[in-house]
Amino acid sequence: MSRAPATTPSRAAIDWRNVFFSVLVPILAIFTALLIGAGIIWATGANVAAAYTGLFSGAFGGVQAISNTLVEATPFMFAGLAVAVGFKCGLFNIGAEGQLAMGAISAAVAGFAITGLPTFIHLPLALVIGALGGAFWGAIPGFLRARTGAHEVIVTIMMNYIAIRLTDYLIKGPLRDRNASAPRTPNILESAQLPLLLGPEYRLHAGFLIAVIMAFFINWLLNRTTTGFEIGTVGANPGAARYAGISITRNFVLAMSMSGALAGLAGAVTVLGVERNLKASFSAGYGFDSIAVALLAKSNPIGIIPAAIFWGALRNGAGLMQLQSGISINLINIIQALVIVFVAAPDIIRLIYRIPKTGDQQAVFTRGWGS
Amino acid sequence: MPPVLEVRNITKRFPGVLANDQVSFTLEPGEIHAFLGENGAGKSTLMNILYGLYQPDEGEIIINGEQVALHSPLDAISRGLGMVHQHFMLIPTVTVAENVMLGKEITRGPLLDRATASKRIRDLSEQYGLAIPPDALVEDLPVGVQQRVEIVKALYRGADILILDEPTAVLTPQEAEDLFKVIFSLRDQGKAIIFISHKLKEVRRIADRITVLRRGRVVGSADPQTATEAQLATMMVGREVVLKVEKGQAHPGQVVLSVQYLTVIDDRGTLAVDQLSLEVFAGEVLGIAGVQGNGQSELVEAITGLRSAISGSVRLLGKEVTNTASRVLYEAGMGHIPEDRHRHGMVTSYSIADNMVLSTYYNDPFAKGWVLNSAAINTNAATLVEKFDVRTPSIETPAGKLSGGNQQKVVVAREFSRPLKLLIAAQPTRGIDVGSIEFIHKGIVRQRDEGTGVLLVSAELDEILALADRIAVMFKGKIIAMLPAVQATREGLGLLMAGVTNQQSVTPAPDDLDFAIAASPDAGANAPEPPQAPV
Amino acid sequence: MKPFFNRFRVVGLVGIVFAALLFWLVAQQVPWEAFSTLRITYPGARPVDPPLLDIPLPTLITVLIISLGLIVGGIYTMLRQQAQLIPWYVGSIIFATMFTILIWASVERRVDIVDMFARMVRLATPIALGAMAGILCERSGIVNIAIEGLMLTGACVGFIIALLAGNPWVGILGAMAAGGAIVMLHALLSIRFKTDQIISGTVINILAVGATGFMRTAIILPLQAQGNTGASLPILPIPLLSQIPILGPILFTHQPIAYAMLLLVPILTVLLFRTPWGLRTRSIGENPRAADTMGIDVIRMRYMNVFLAGLIAGLAGAWLSLEATFNFDDLMTNGRGFIALAAMIFGNWMPFGALGGAMLFSFSDALQIKIQSFDFALPPQFIQMLPYIITIVVLAGVVGRTRAPAAVGKPYEK
Repeated sequence: MSRAPATTPSRAAIDWRNVFFSVLVPILAIFTALLIGAGIIWATGANVAAAYTGLFSGAFGGVQAISNTLVEATPFMFAGLAVAVGFKCGLFNIGAEGQLAMGAISAAVAGFAITGLPTFIHLPLALVIGALGGAFWGAIPGFLRARTGAHEVIVTIMMNYIAIRLTDYLIKGPLRDRNASAPRTPNILESAQLPLLLGPEYRLHAGFLIAVIMAFFINWLLNRTTTGFEIGTVGANPGAARYAGISITRNFVLAMSMSGALAGLAGAVTVLGVERNLKASFSAGYGFDSIAVALLAKSNPIGIIPAAIFWGALRNGAGLMQLQSGISINLINIIQALVIVFVAAPDIIRLIYRIPKTGDQQAVFTRGWGS
Repeated sequence: MPPVLEVRNITKRFPGVLANDQVSFTLEPGEIHAFLGENGAGKSTLMNILYGLYQPDEGEIIINGEQVALHSPLDAISRGLGMVHQHFMLIPTVTVAENVMLGKEITRGPLLDRATASKRIRDLSEQYGLAIPPDALVEDLPVGVQQRVEIVKALYRGADILILDEPTAVLTPQEAEDLFKVIFSLRDQGKAIIFISHKLKEVRRIADRITVLRRGRVVGSADPQTATEAQLATMMVGREVVLKVEKGQAHPGQVVLSVQYLTVIDDRGTLAVDQLSLEVFAGEVLGIAGVQGNGQSELVEAITGLRSAISGSVRLLGKEVTNTASRVLYEAGMGHIPEDRHRHGMVTSYSIADNMVLSTYYNDPFAKGWVLNSAAINTNAATLVEKFDVRTPSIETPAGKLSGGNQQKVVVAREFSRPLKLLIAAQPTRGIDVGSIEFIHKGIVRQRDEGTGVLLVSAELDEILALADRIAVMFKGKIIAMLPAVQATREGLGLLMAGVTNQQSVTPAPDDLDFAIAASPDAGANAPEPPQAPV
Repeated sequence: MKPFFNRFRVVGLVGIVFAALLFWLVAQQVPWEAFSTLRITYPGARPVDPPLLDIPLPTLITVLIISLGLIVGGIYTMLRQQAQLIPWYVGSIIFATMFTILIWASVERRVDIVDMFARMVRLATPIALGAMAGILCERSGIVNIAIEGLMLTGACVGFIIALLAGNPWVGILGAMAAGGAIVMLHALLSIRFKTDQIISGTVINILAVGATGFMRTAIILPLQAQGNTGASLPILPIPLLSQIPILGPILFTHQPIAYAMLLLVPILTVLLFRTPWGLRTRSIGENPRAADTMGIDVIRMRYMNVFLAGLIAGLAGAWLSLEATFNFDDLMTNGRGFIALAAMIFGNWMPFGALGGAMLFSFSDALQIKIQSFDFALPPQFIQMLPYIITIVVLAGVVGRTRAPAAVGKPYEK
């Protein structure tokens, strides 16, 4: 009974060969997507070199650019973690968008309506309230899935639309700052602001640090605790979970609440760290991007850190790319979509680059309408 | 007469397995040719090759004197082959007629002509004595009738050669008898039949010729008239098989499990367990015999907390535990070997180590508070792997990569690793190799001897006869007979499993231990009022 | 013991409480003597023309009757406990709620209900077409949550083609071709590469958002700047039939894609349940292996049906950019592709059932549009939430009593 080389890694040991192959596919996916993107740029008659150098220096050319990339990456990190936690439980949370909006509005209210607290209480409180707002919005589809079988994919999408209408109503109605011309909430108090990490001339705020810490925390939670064991069992085989005495309802609700809380934090740190208030046109496409980030990271919490930074870089670099080559910012969306096409179907990449199959197969899985 | 089918030197390799190795045989018209072999002997592979589902790596197939290449089932069908699969190839949500004509539809204009199809099916079923209703939905039909639909499907396509893959696995002995009549009628009308089985008795009963497969090879043929079961068994397994499990007298103690007037409905809302009562004593094995689908699964689920009962009670060691969470039951000393290890028993993507603590992960020493203790989990797994002879490269190996027998040993090891008062073992050896079966049977007997009460549910009569001290026969959600194992005969149990209770040989003899719960209406008369819930 | 709160009792109880709340809420705002008038107009009538019929309703009494009806229905559901009651009861709760909102909003006003129903049919078009696309895929065993993206792509490409050709009819072909082309990526991913079908569908939705956004800025805006314009598809009243009071405006005075939808529903029903193709489609969705052993090419049929579904979803997209308006906007599908899937589930994977589901949503959409012009107690955002809330209620109330094709979402391996 000797140790076989190609088994899945244990909790303790790291199998470097597996790590290499699991990183190889996403990198080749990115490479291939950029290649196709270059084809599109070339087809529209723009300068490929100018576009991509613009994209790169926009994202990483100098401290200011890097700072902005990390600021962009922060909400993706939280929201990507949110999706990853759902996947672990076999749930596909497409509702990061709505949970993020609920988190943002909750944090904003906590930021401007609660007064007279010192920063070390007010800021954490605002973050927690933001997380709770998202958790509440996530718990509903989790509960409905567990109790009624309503598939979380459709329910979370519907919850997104409802959240957008609800925040729109709140921002234009009861929570509107009467002194501002455009509809927005009042500014949050200074005691609820996330501190800037590199001084006032850079936007990088402490939310980025919280996101990185959170990634490690979630990784620990999912792999080393009884809660993680339960969520993972429910996700991998609900029948076995029931047999083992693990409540499916409880874990569906728990996982979706955690997922919602993480998405809520994405909204909260954006309000408390960057925007300082909530405007009517706040969130744009975080929901789908967070899925992309989670897929790119193969739903591994640590992997989400580089995946989110890559995503932030694409977004942040797009402006300079447009400036230097005249190509539309929307090209980035196509490149992003292609990246996840290839990540979601790694067999395509394996086929193109003739990579042998490794031990681990699908990193993520969801379930259909039936079960 | 030339053979209708001749197979020469067929070889088929799968990664790591030689499924068929130089297999040759012939099939004459009007003959029933049985293939006998264990699970994994290569019978199904061979038949799938004949049916065009797999391509052989080497060898030739000759049908009616012509060498043929079968690339798809369509090729096989057009050459006059028909197959009745072990797992029926039927669409449950459409009618019999639609199932039969699927792929070769009778149409009028662009539309299906159901009337003509029904008539064709009625004609066919009259010719061979099949009796199937063409317009019923397949899912509403009993298993035996569904099987006949499969046969009609083949006949409808003009099959001269019929392959029946383990056809009796899902049938009652009486349904099997009906099937044999159909098979004889088919043979008498000139069809050639390949009959695949691992059951010695029925093969001897119906075959004209027997070919035995082992590890992908033909190890010999036998004449059903002269070969004994023991000879066939030796050929099949390759060594003398211990058909009986060594076990001594049971020493039953107090009641560990008491089920009273339990009523359970299944997923479709129909009554699965009907006012059922039974008791399991410490230190005995109570075997529940019965054809699958008579409520055994629901009974087990209700006892183990996986399904809520609508009325009645379950007591574990005298404590009321009706509709109690599984975890509470485990902690009170219940072990459960579930009938489907993939659906319930394990997480195939988890390592063996994690599967070994699937229901105990939260206890000290496997978890310290909220945090899992990998070292303790691994030590536990290493010990159990050693003790239960689980053949695995390492304890980190995902359970899904093990063979069925070793997977089942993981489940058994985990359940036996806790101190048990009651063991619920549902189909504990289904689909696994003989070596593992023996090992698990011995383990169950050892549990019994250590004073655990065992409730064994099995569709294999041999397993029940080998292990049980008392046997209950379950039919349509009720226990229709309860008898000491020493009084039981295969034939008597077979009749009981078909619901026939008025026989001489196994009249239930009630006494202090071996009482009978007859399905009579007054059985529940002096029962505590079962709460009425609408069904 | 079996818990008291089974599905029937929960649904019944929720319905009863909801009905009581509904009445209470309206009674807070509306006096007993208030009237709402439902107007039935002649076909083709202008607003100034005299109506065919005006039905004055005492608002609060009507709401009371509706609520009592729902309460009786709830009690019936709790007592009878029949599985098929739940979709009906959930459906009536939703319709009754919408009707209540309608007459509540039209206190001391007249509401043209023929127009409401005509609008309901019109607005049901993309949802019902999307649901038909969903049925085609799922009956063949493929989950398709990419319908949203297919519709968006269809709307965008259809609009571009229409701009280039100066003709919306050509645009329809472009939209269908685009839907058919993009859906093949989903087919490839889920059939050939055996990707998780929900992931694959999501990927296509993301790709569609990116690609249509890119095409809008790179192609549509420059084209429009160059002066390319066009007109939306014309209303084609069917001679004679369109003159029938009530039915004429509701069913026979529509634009071409709405007619296509109204035709496709019965056609698909016949195809699915009466033809060899339909039998084969249903079998590959229930038990592909069985179909395979009967010589049916499961993979080829799945590709074909998914492709057909793409064409239909593209047509649904064309409705948005060529029939409802003549324009393309980013994200203009607004969740209709997902609502279509909910309609499909509501309708138990049957074309007519799905049409019923689509009408449920489109009626709430019609209601919301109607009410926006009124000065009404509820903020518009809440009325806009209605279709989405209804989708959730429908899913939560109906799923479990419906039955998805058994093999849906599972890749087929020989």
